[in-house]
Amino acid sequence: MLIGIPTRGAVLARRLAAAVAEFSGTAPAVGTVDPTLYRDDLRRRPARPLEDTAVPEGGLDDRLVVLVDDVLMSGRTVRAALDALSEHGRPRAVQLAVLVDRGHRELPIRADYVGKNVPTARDEQILVLLTETDGADAVRLRRAPGAAAPGGGDA
Amino acid sequence: MRHLLSVADLDTAAATALLDTADRLKQALLGREVRKLPTLRGRTIITMFYENSTRTRVSFEVAGKWMSADTVNVSSSGSSVAKGESLRDTALTLSAMGADCVVVRHPASGAAHRLAGWVDRDAAATGTQTSIVNAGDGTHEHPTQALLDAATLRERLGGVAGRRIAIVGDVLHSRVARSNVFLLATLGAEVVLVAPPTLLPAGVEHWPCRVSPDLDAELPALDAVMMLRVQAERMHGGFFPSAREYAIGYGLSADRAALLPEHAVVLHPGPMIRGMEIAPSVADGAASAILAQVTNGVHVRMAVLYHLLAGAPE
Repeated sequence: MLIGIPTRGAVLARRLAAAVAEFSGTAPAVGTVDPTLYRDDLRRRPARPLEDTAVPEGGLDDRLVVLVDDVLMSGRTVRAALDALSEHGRPRAVQLAVLVDRGHRELPIRADYVGKNVPTARDEQILVLLTETDGADAVRLRRAPGAAAPGGGDA
Repeated sequence: MRHLLSVADLDTAAATALLDTADRLKQALLGREVRKLPTLRGRTIITMFYENSTRTRVSFEVAGKWMSADTVNVSSSGSSVAKGESLRDTALTLSAMGADCVVVRHPASGAAHRLAGWVDRDAAATGTQTSIVNAGDGTHEHPTQALLDAATLRERLGGVAGRRIAIVGDVLHSRVARSNVFLLATLGAEVVLVAPPTLLPAGVEHWPCRVSPDLDAELPALDAVMMLRVQAERMHGGFFPSAREYAIGYGLSADRAALLPEHAVVLHPGPMIRGMEIAPSVADGAASAILAQVTNGVHVRMAVLYHLLAGAPE
């Protein structure tokens, strides 16, 4: 079962599911979990809008869940997503798949599946663009000192 | 957003954002064994009710608890209010205790505005910041009720913009009607007020709605009808000859409800006076969304608390 972290992780989860279905002939269940309500940095910024949470029918109990996100950085989003997941059930195991791992971890979290490791400086931004949300597929590295990273860039 | 005092504080984008948050919160709690989110851990919410209430007070309390806030109730009887303490002193006392949010219901119109002014002035001196939520002030406003009505209409009708909604009954004394007229207009609905002329407020012609005296003529073209409670406790005079006559003119009987289109929704903010404003068969019928309103009330109030309390202080 693939569970995406909105917004771009959710798109990637659907793409991965389609690829798995094509490859293996069985379509894995796909869902999304919004980690916002479980974040540890809510009080540092204005209230954020919430995203979709949709757990596949049958729930998470005793399933193998692969969390999917676009960029892995501090690990705080994944930590929040793990907390959110555990409220919806007790999976047999949870793994993590990310498109880009850019380093700078602040928690003991690592990805099981990584699209690409991209060593970055802290003040750089990684922008993942996807056709479904941004009109094109691209990963961009941008140097923007002082600016907060939009989208999944702060993941 | 620092306080929620009036639906006039909300533009279309802000109101839609609140309703979207309410939908997401409902979704996040759907089918869960444990309905508890950690989002407002360590925040203190005090509900201060100077008027009777079941659903609003409980709904705010449940909303706070589901988000792990600490909620405390203060009612006028059993508190220092009964000893003659002023609203201002009570509010500043609660604020000084570290309340992050005070939810207030008061019989005086404008009470929540005054309160917000006092705690804001106090905030500069003490460094504490308290958000005020208006849970009904006299005959003025009840913003979270209007929001939960809008959430229910969105859920049942698929949207609010372009829908025709009638608000029927004691508009004069109804803060629910006032908040709904303005919020529904902000969201793009067409609002019709149906009431006896004695129960329409002065200046209603400046509200963003139409006024009609004839309920039967309006019913066939409505997407929703919202029945109001006749507020006997605020009536100091004869506004209509008798309860029976009111029911004949403005009550939603089963025969009247049959005039509504198939998809139309019946709302009532509660508490209902069955048989006068609304027939029991209509209140409990398939078109009724009255209990859905109550359920949505919790999610809408969670959304309001989230927007006021979860983010960084402004």
